[in-house]
Amino acid sequence: MDLSAINPVILVASLMVASTPILLAAIGELVVEKSGVLNLGVEGMMITGAICGFAIAVETGSPTLGFIAAALGGALLSLIFGVLTQVLLSNQVATGLALTLFGLGISALLGQGYIGIKPPATPRIDLGPLSDLPVVGRILFSHDLMVYVSLALVAGVWAFLRYTRGGLILRAVGESHDAAHALGYKVILIRLAAIAFGGACAGLGGAYLSLVRVPQWTEGMTAGAGWIALAIVVFAGWRAWGVLLGAYLFGGVTVLQLNLQAAGMAIPVEVLSMSPYLITILVLVIMSADRRRAAMGAPASLGRVFHASS
Amino acid sequence: MIRLEKRPEPSSLWTAVTPVLAVVLTMIAGGILFAALGNEPVIAIRTIFWDPIFGEFAFYYRGQLLVKAAPLILIAIGLSLGFRAGIWNIGAEGQYIIGAICGAAVGLAFYPANLWIVFPLMVIAGAIGGFLWAMIPAILKTRFNTNEILVSLLLVYVAEAILAWMALGPLRNPEGAGFPGSRNLRQYEAAANLELIEGTGIHWGVIAALIAVIFAYVLLKRHMMGFHIRLTGQSPRAARFAGVNPNMLVIFCLGLSGALAGLAGLFEVSGPAGQISIDFNVFYGFTAIIVAFLGRLHPIGILLAGLLMALTYIGGEAAQSTLGLPAAAIQAFQGMLLFFLLAVDLLTNYRVRLGREGVA
Repeated sequence: MDLSAINPVILVASLMVASTPILLAAIGELVVEKSGVLNLGVEGMMITGAICGFAIAVETGSPTLGFIAAALGGALLSLIFGVLTQVLLSNQVATGLALTLFGLGISALLGQGYIGIKPPATPRIDLGPLSDLPVVGRILFSHDLMVYVSLALVAGVWAFLRYTRGGLILRAVGESHDAAHALGYKVILIRLAAIAFGGACAGLGGAYLSLVRVPQWTEGMTAGAGWIALAIVVFAGWRAWGVLLGAYLFGGVTVLQLNLQAAGMAIPVEVLSMSPYLITILVLVIMSADRRRAAMGAPASLGRVFHASS
Repeated sequence: MIRLEKRPEPSSLWTAVTPVLAVVLTMIAGGILFAALGNEPVIAIRTIFWDPIFGEFAFYYRGQLLVKAAPLILIAIGLSLGFRAGIWNIGAEGQYIIGAICGAAVGLAFYPANLWIVFPLMVIAGAIGGFLWAMIPAILKTRFNTNEILVSLLLVYVAEAILAWMALGPLRNPEGAGFPGSRNLRQYEAAANLELIEGTGIHWGVIAALIAVIFAYVLLKRHMMGFHIRLTGQSPRAARFAGVNPNMLVIFCLGLSGALAGLAGLFEVSGPAGQISIDFNVFYGFTAIIVAFLGRLHPIGILLAGLLMALTYIGGEAAQSTLGLPAAAIQAFQGMLLFFLLAVDLLTNYRVRLGREGVA
């Protein structure tokens, strides 16, 4: 085994790339859960976004259009969930599972003609002299636009939830939908908007996988990333910066185990490749062990069906 | 104005009608989907739902029906108990894999001894494997309050990694010329789970599925545990006052569903699949979730739903070979079925009223 082959600078830079899909999906889900809705369909929306983005990027030759299509595809799919749970009052857990199963099926169907094709390359942003800085330039200033978009989204969501009236209303709806309804807020509309936002973010995350991180289309390529995004929201205690930390931690583990595989560690490859899932479980256990802390962040109305009796 | 009025209790008429309604709606929507893919919708629907039972090659397909339905029913029965109590085991796919690995490992350990005890031992090992795999989320839930949905699901990916490891490493066929995959258990008489009656597709898994249906029916109708499960599902608070131990319930529901999923995996690996290979699992654990809901979480309903879902599998394969319909179309079709089911469920729990609200 040759650990010296692992370059820490490239490791950190690729960590950011590896984390971005989960970060995007998790920050979207954070907003959804803050509005009191538990959408377990993240995996389905991600994979649908992955194929929508991939197909449009290949057809038009523009990754930007691909990402836009992915966001639209994810949002559209999430609105099926939205209508079912908010208008038709179905069980959120079951509907979320249905969304994942349906998303996996429909994406495989859409992606039939796209297996084995290379997508157009997503250009890196040229930040001029910043990119040429030693170490820092490689780590921070030599990524594609989506990495910065994901970071901006984290900051934006944090500021929105904390400092704006809209954020306050969203949180009120998530804490007590009956009280919010009594105050005259349109609970269902607000939740539908949050669900669509979450879907768009998950779609972007999926497209980042198929267009930048992998980059190609294979069936079931998200491989649990959506579920990990859900776990990261719990890990984060429903706080935006916590999501960033969780996603980068997970990305770090993923990149590290890939590097260890390449360096030829004496551990079976399969054991290494299951490590991100095991570590996610471990982190979940630690976070939820302290019941008071776990209960503090979770919106009080999370997962409950809202039906205004009048 | 359309208004929804909550029913005091779920309508028993609509409980029975909604699954049928959902299937009809899915057929219509599926027809549109197939038309969009360039197939004649009526022919596609007939190929999937009619021909396997009544068509020219029905003698072949009818046997397949039970082979595919057995694991779905077996897993869905276990899941339905948990779902009723609000305990969400969605990692049945992982428990199914681990059950298959444990059972196959026990069988292979005896190779080539032809003892009658081998198969019963494999069955026990399969059930224990699935049970233990399900105990991970169960114990984490009861000890640390960890969300069982996420843990059980994440463990599916761990189980898949273990499956790949086993197929390439410890369980690889030493006479397999280096190909991945274990010895074929179908060719090892003491461990093979073959057809019991020629041409019917009935193997031990089918019998186990029927026993599970009866067991679940009696449990829910006649046993205290079944009452506790139903009570917890309807009102967790009332259940606590009635002396139900929620932790025991989590252990029981997850453990039982894990053991049943493990059994399903064992019967599959020793019968229809024949060997441990990298792509041994075929989504039964997830499709069983649809089966459980389609069957209204009721044992008899699950029996029927399992048969229907098996039909879509077989019909899907038939449509693949005769119409060139992609395999993924069936998966999308099954997902759609669950959507429609959840949507029309509204009619079970709510009354739809037209016009303005009257004075109460």
